[in-house]
Amino acid sequence: MFANFDFDVIRRSFGYLFLDGMTFTLTLTALGALGGLIFGTMIALMRLSGYKLLGRIAGLYVDLMRSLPLVLVIFWFYFLVPYIGQWLTGASRPVRVGAFTSCLVTFILFEAAYFSEIMRAGIQSISKGQPAAASALGMTYSQSMRYIVLPQAFRNMLPVLLTQTIVLFQDTSLVYVLSIPDFLGAASKVAQRDGRLVEMYLFAAIVYFAISCFASYGVRRLQARISIVR
Amino acid sequence: MNYNWNWRIFFEPAPNGTGTYLDMLLSGLVLTIETALVAWIIALVTGSIIGVFRSLPSKTANRIAFAYVEFFRNMPLLVQLFLWFFVLPELLPRSAGLWMKQMSNAPFYTAAIGIGLFMSARVAVQLAAGIGSLPRGQMQAATALGLTTSQSYRYVLLPMAFRIVLPPLTSEFLSTIKNTSVAITIGLIELTGQARAMQEFSFQVFEAFTGATLLYLLINIVVVIGMRFLERAVAVPGYITGK
Repeated sequence: MFANFDFDVIRRSFGYLFLDGMTFTLTLTALGALGGLIFGTMIALMRLSGYKLLGRIAGLYVDLMRSLPLVLVIFWFYFLVPYIGQWLTGASRPVRVGAFTSCLVTFILFEAAYFSEIMRAGIQSISKGQPAAASALGMTYSQSMRYIVLPQAFRNMLPVLLTQTIVLFQDTSLVYVLSIPDFLGAASKVAQRDGRLVEMYLFAAIVYFAISCFASYGVRRLQARISIVR
Repeated sequence: MNYNWNWRIFFEPAPNGTGTYLDMLLSGLVLTIETALVAWIIALVTGSIIGVFRSLPSKTANRIAFAYVEFFRNMPLLVQLFLWFFVLPELLPRSAGLWMKQMSNAPFYTAAIGIGLFMSARVAVQLAAGIGSLPRGQMQAATALGLTTSQSYRYVLLPMAFRIVLPPLTSEFLSTIKNTSVAITIGLIELTGQARAMQEFSFQVFEAFTGATLLYLLINIVVVIGMRFLERAVAVPGYITGK
């Protein structure tokens, strides 16, 4: 079965796969998670702010993003980002945006919806006495959020946030639909160039599997640790 | 914004000769629903078996379920579809591989089975959590009444566990519907694929994607409402989700 396998194709394309492809995937994952977390926290704060209109808008955004498939959202933003750029910079024609920027905007805005639900649960898990005590100490709303509520919410939700980041890591492979060379895209390009689909896709599967397994093992360890401290 | 909006594009004939652009999107919608339903049946059946395995008092069964879940959860869906679509036919004996490649509806079957197995791992985790959340006394009472393990699962544990995990299963079903769009990469022209085709034929990017977006929202609303009815219909009075 493995007799006519050409494992050398992996060695030959190693630099391209990892230096270009995997770097793209990991950078996109890290920045997407960071941006998603920041925007997600803001959306969660909007939903919990008590202002009806603000909460309604944030809720609609989250529901919309969560009911659309990521592939469709990737297409949406691929075509929409140039126009957003034009609107932001006031240019006369749609701005040319690189593949990476377009993907990054997509993932930040898409993941923000998912991260906001996690952060909302985290904020709601903090007992009411905490912000009450903060305001009794004379802290303003933003101070009590910054120093009391959000750090605890973040800490409580860290395992869930990291699990969502692993999901994000796997989802970045979907930029394949724009033929962008992320890790899977790079593997697929080599596969098609050399006619080595079987070897390359198997290898890509093993790499994704190993990284995700390792990461989720780390999250489980972390979870065990945190639960002891609390 | 220098973009030419043309909302009437939906009623103009599509160049592929199958009717208007709206018909194109609707045929994509039908294919999305068909793929999702077949995938969901596979996910529910396999997921239930693996979920039960996860909760059985047998080390071997636990290990099988653990390996199964880890295998399907730690690879991107896209990679799994590629494995089923491009790699599996090459690894099988020649004649079987050829048969798979020549199947007329290969993308549909690959997508349905691939997405079904991918989702089954998630269903298994949810169901195992549901069984785990039942009070220990239920299993003990079933044993005390003389039921075998399979009988206590069949008549006591599973009917309760399925009711408990109905809300998370709803969102897994919604994920199944959304995940069918990944099959665009193996050539399944479902809703997202049709929207993309419409955009390429007509150059009306945003109308095409808006159409697809609205149809996805519609499916979501229908599923959420339908599941709410189901939840109410099967609720056990006085128990967690019951009245």
